Amino acid sequence: MDRDGRPPPDPSGGRTGARPRRVRPRLLRMRDRLGRARAAVAHRATRTAARLRAVVRRARQAPPPPGPFRPGFWRSPLRGPWLTSVFGLVLLAGIPVLLVTGLLSYAAYNPGLGPPDDQTPDKGVLGFYLFDWPTHPYWLYRLTQGVHVTLGVTLVPVLLAKLWSVLPKLFEWPPVRTLAHALERLSLLTLVGGAIFEFATGILNIQLFYVFPGSFYTLHFYGAWVLAAAFAVHVALRLGRMARALRSRDPAAELRTDLAHTRPEPPDPDHLVPAAPRAPSMTRRGAVGMVGAGSLLLLVVTAGQSIGGRLRASALLAPHNRDPGSGPNGFQINKTAAAVGVTPAHVGPGWRLELHGHGPALVLTRDRLLALPQHAAALPIACVEGWSTADQHWSGLRLTDLAALAGLPHAGSVLVESVQPPGPYSSVLLRGNQIHDPRSLLALRVNGADLSIDHGFPARVIVPANPGVNNTKWVRRLTFRA
Amino acid sequence: MSRFARWYGANPLHLLALVSSFALTGYAMVRLFAVRPLAVALWFVGAAVVHDLILFPLYSLADLTVLAVLRHRAARVPRLPWINYVRVPAFLSGVLLLVWFPLIFALSTPYTGATGLSEGGYLGRWLAVTGVLFGASAVSFAFTVRRARRRGADGGRRAPNGEGTAR
Repeated sequence: MDRDGRPPPDPSGGRTGARPRRVRPRLLRMRDRLGRARAAVAHRATRTAARLRAVVRRARQAPPPPGPFRPGFWRSPLRGPWLTSVFGLVLLAGIPVLLVTGLLSYAAYNPGLGPPDDQTPDKGVLGFYLFDWPTHPYWLYRLTQGVHVTLGVTLVPVLLAKLWSVLPKLFEWPPVRTLAHALERLSLLTLVGGAIFEFATGILNIQLFYVFPGSFYTLHFYGAWVLAAAFAVHVALRLGRMARALRSRDPAAELRTDLAHTRPEPPDPDHLVPAAPRAPSMTRRGAVGMVGAGSLLLLVVTAGQSIGGRLRASALLAPHNRDPGSGPNGFQINKTAAAVGVTPAHVGPGWRLELHGHGPALVLTRDRLLALPQHAAALPIACVEGWSTADQHWSGLRLTDLAALAGLPHAGSVLVESVQPPGPYSSVLLRGNQIHDPRSLLALRVNGADLSIDHGFPARVIVPANPGVNNTKWVRRLTFRA
Repeated sequence: MSRFARWYGANPLHLLALVSSFALTGYAMVRLFAVRPLAVALWFVGAAVVHDLILFPLYSLADLTVLAVLRHRAARVPRLPWINYVRVPAFLSGVLLLVWFPLIFALSTPYTGATGLSEGGYLGRWLAVTGVLFGASAVSFAFTVRRARRRGADGGRRAPNGEGTAR
């Protein structure tokens, strides 16, 4: 094609006409060639299409391979568009909440500030919505991330039920009917793969079972966009069908139907309803109820780690379902000092806080910090893993006062560096709005006692609505920037 | 338009929706696969394969096995279908295991060091919950059997065409 499009190097001879002599023949010849090429391509295309159609016809006529590809293989009398749509409706409500709370959590990490906060520098347009993460209300991240994780865990039975209800479609025969069908199946692969990938990485990460290939942060973030793309198109293509299926049965009547009166749904064009159903051994209300009970049970054994207080103990299987100790420092720990390589030597009497800003750096001992005006704030620790603590009573120096001390009272950001060896979150950038909130502290004490080493002794950052890991512990240097 | 529909198999909006979705998918996937492409792809496809071709056949087979046992014993008393009294607690216990298996089997190496909490105890808790679920199910089945017997004793054939005839 490319060859035909290029003009010949030597235009010679030709007919006369109104147009310039030298152009006309060239044009004609080109048109000629183009026409011939087009005809050849069209011919080849029709031939290929015909051959393809023949293959498809033959495949369609061929009997499906044995096993799950045969319609008689699938016999559950409960499979049908109505049941699928009930589970679909729950996911339609739930998955957007997961996506939104997830994207909020991404914004909460301030990736817009660049390194070291930005762990996804190649995000491109996927960060289009980023905004300055607020410090009000102070429990914002505790709420959004608690909802994200708890809802994700709670939706697992619904996701399983939805996949169970449509599994015959994986083995439909012929595997591809039209181009539209092929594209839609490809999209469904990314939908199912994306959904299970997101649920799996999230659920493994909250249990600190880091078996997934790479950084959770990037995998879960980009995976979410793959899922979002597939989810959006799936909803667009199936919303009408779902609404029709839901209208096809009266839920109140379904709730009254006992086993003796449970019948398969009428045959549907998608062949979800089996051709030769088995006698029912469970009602539709029973199936929905069982899935709902699964979600409820997961909610009960999980939510307590986010709600805290007396309910923490009810989170029987959640990772943060009990306090690591008692006393003022007896609340949840994300990473102990030992886990990140902070030793008592790092934070002994030799510890100093370096304050950089405008002018020469200030070096302050802990006693000197304690002699400065102290402020208090009651703030929770809320982790990306979904657990959180009740409000703890922190006291220490306001970040905004420290900014003024460093000579930059209107600082736009601060780089917080920890004594912990370089690694994830050993340093973090905070934004101006976080510095200047009067509740943002470089905390020295908590609940009336000195910080314990696991909670960041000698000094740690605590900022309202900030994700837990961005409240840097064992701070050694604050670098304020205009 | 109709020629397009015949060639493509759906209306043009369908194609437009899918192509724009694939554009976003591709954009995100380039970044998802940027670091360890093979391992991530394996996880991505493997996630669906593990569910569709391993987990699903396993639980279906278990269910069908119990169903077959029920069918063989159906002629004997009690004539009540008891499969759901196994199915429901097994499902509930199963989803707990599926979600929390790394803690239940103490597979997470960094857990104790990071959180200052011991990882032991989750297996016991899960077993206890499972025991309670099956226990509650057994008790409720016992009640159902008793009610059915009593109904059979004083009602004779008056009992509604109940569970026994369901199959």
